[in-house]
Amino acid sequence: MKTLVWVEHDNAHMKDATLAAVTAAGKLGEVHLLVAGANCRAVADEAAKIAGVGKVHLADNAAYEHALAENIAPLVVDLMGHHDAFICPATTTGKNIAPRVAALLDVMQISDILSVEGDKTFTRPIYAGNAIATVESSDAKLVITVRGTAFEKADATSGSASIEDVSGAGDAGLSSFVGSEIAESERPELTSAKIIVSGGRALKDAETFEQVITPLADKLGAGIGASRAAVDAGYVPNDYQVGQTGKIVAPEVYIAIGISGAIQHLAGMKDSKTIIAINKDEDAPIFQVADLGLVGDLYKIVPELTEKL
Amino acid sequence: MKILVPVKRVIDYNVKPRVKADGTGVDLANVKMSMNPFDEIAVEEAIRLKEQGKAEEILVVSIGPAKAQETLRTALAMGADRAILVQVDDGTEVEPLAVAKILKAIADEEQPGLVLLGKQAIDDDSNQTGQMLAALMARPQGTFANTVEVDGDSVTVKREIDGGLETVKLALPAIVTTDLRLNEPRYASLPNIMKAKKKPLDNKTPADYGVDTAPRIKTLKVAEPPVRQAGIKVADVDELVAKIKALGIA
Ligand SMILES: Cc1cc2nc3c(=O)[nH]c(=O)nc-3n(C[C@H](O)[C@H](O)[C@H](O)COP(=O)(O)OP(=O)(O)OC[C@H]3O[C@@H](n4cnc5c(N)ncnc54)[C@H](O)[C@@H]3O)c2cc1C
Ligand SMILES: Nc1ncnc2c1ncn2[C@@H]1O[C@H](COP(=O)(O)O)[C@@H](O)[C@H]1O
Repeated sequence: MKTLVWVEHDNAHMKDATLAAVTAAGKLGEVHLLVAGANCRAVADEAAKIAGVGKVHLADNAAYEHALAENIAPLVVDLMGHHDAFICPATTTGKNIAPRVAALLDVMQISDILSVEGDKTFTRPIYAGNAIATVESSDAKLVITVRGTAFEKADATSGSASIEDVSGAGDAGLSSFVGSEIAESERPELTSAKIIVSGGRALKDAETFEQVITPLADKLGAGIGASRAAVDAGYVPNDYQVGQTGKIVAPEVYIAIGISGAIQHLAGMKDSKTIIAINKDEDAPIFQVADLGLVGDLYKIVPELTEKL
Repeated sequence: MKILVPVKRVIDYNVKPRVKADGTGVDLANVKMSMNPFDEIAVEEAIRLKEQGKAEEILVVSIGPAKAQETLRTALAMGADRAILVQVDDGTEVEPLAVAKILKAIADEEQPGLVLLGKQAIDDDSNQTGQMLAALMARPQGTFANTVEVDGDSVTVKREIDGGLETVKLALPAIVTTDLRLNEPRYASLPNIMKAKKKPLDNKTPADYGVDTAPRIKTLKVAEPPVRQAGIKVADVDELVAKIKALGIA
């Protein structure tokens, strides 16, 4: 089987999310990549070094700069003439593009796969990860998104794939990019952080969140996450949300502070290696998944913990 | 303009789903069902656009069992004007691709200027239908919307993306899917619940739209995820510090 993997990037650098998708694709057969963007040859050079990749298709066109699905989908559909599967990391970009491609190919997409069980058989979480379905596709071609935490990252240095330029129709004339607000941060990205310190509704407001959570995260070199309640209340930006409908993370250590542990939150972090919970309610559901729990007032505990570490 | 809002009847988000002992699915017998939370946000946004004078009519559609009528009545009580139930047998799951095809057929008849869907149904967690509908209609898509502004013949959508926020401008008609921060849905008042009973609700079937709903994906098995054992509670910060140091991270 020949697979085409969407390379996630910002036109300058490839993003790590690509590597798990390549591993998943490798289980199905020959791996080709698609780098679509503007002035993004450097990304193609980087992607060509991923181990196990046969070919990198490079579509360099101003219309692809912001990965607008309306422009990208027809390009992918063209390339699918000689590929059997289109595979995206389950990032917001992948989730935006893949279903548009699937519908144009008249294929049912398989979202967020956790494992490859056979040529057409996969497992995927449903009901906020409270059930795992094993599903088999009957479509001629496959369109798949891959959960990054479920697959090892492919080696990004030992490959030497060839790069082939491809052209697509460019601008579909339906949509345009207006702008973005992307916070620059020195902190590790949530989906690849080894340690995450996460705060919930109990943190009261943005200022308190910053005062209590940030020093601990700094001490541990950790990424910062949050529950939906903390995001909705404006303590932190939306892209901090961990959960069923936010980011899925699986760090070595996840520290949940003032988070109750609703199923939607657990869905995003319960595959973390070690879970530590700090909550004043000893019956909070978060303790049912925590390896280490401390019951008490976070405003006393967290500063003391930060100091003693 | 007319706004089309597809709403799905799903397990209530407060209920913890249980896998059936025979591994065929999740037990939905006697379980509380509600409107998919993202769809409530979509209905609310449509009502706000109507209140701003940007829309004249809100049509809600559900593809599901007879009971999905209740979901449609809820949307009508919130403020939608008219409903269509595309009915399937109890227990029949219609996949996103087939849902998108039915919605496409309805959109061809109704010519909405905007279709507002949820970004994700909390049962199948597919996150596909809106994007698929946009593809089938050959129209633009604004997924994971944080704000929606309709202005003349375009809509500007601020989207929640992995690194922050992104704004796109789409030519109308367009398809928009909602994220959590778009708005806070209202509750239907008692008088509006009474009024909703008299609002028009059409009954259709997938065959009326010429759509084959046979699944493309076969579910071979549904299993419980690995259960995480609860660990220990430590007595104080000193013990926690010792345990954290033992993990080798500090
Ligand atoms: C469609 C949908 C999607 C959702 N998606 C997500 C998602 O992706 N991610 C997510 O997180 N949620 C999601 N939710 C929301 C989820 O259901 C919960 O509402 C949310 O996770 C609760 O956040 P919380 O734990 O911070 O707040 P709460 O449940 O209010 O918990 C606060 C906790 O803080 C503790 N506390 C209070 N004061 C102190 C103190 N001084 N010291 C120590 N502990 C204290 C309390 O005991 C309590 O346990 C979703 C909901 C819906 C409907
Ligand atoms: N059976 C259905 N009836 C009506 N709307 C649906 C149905 N299935 C999905 N949708 C819509 O599509 C959105 C995304 O669903 P999904 O792609 O299944 O995650 C939902 O939030 C609904 O707005």
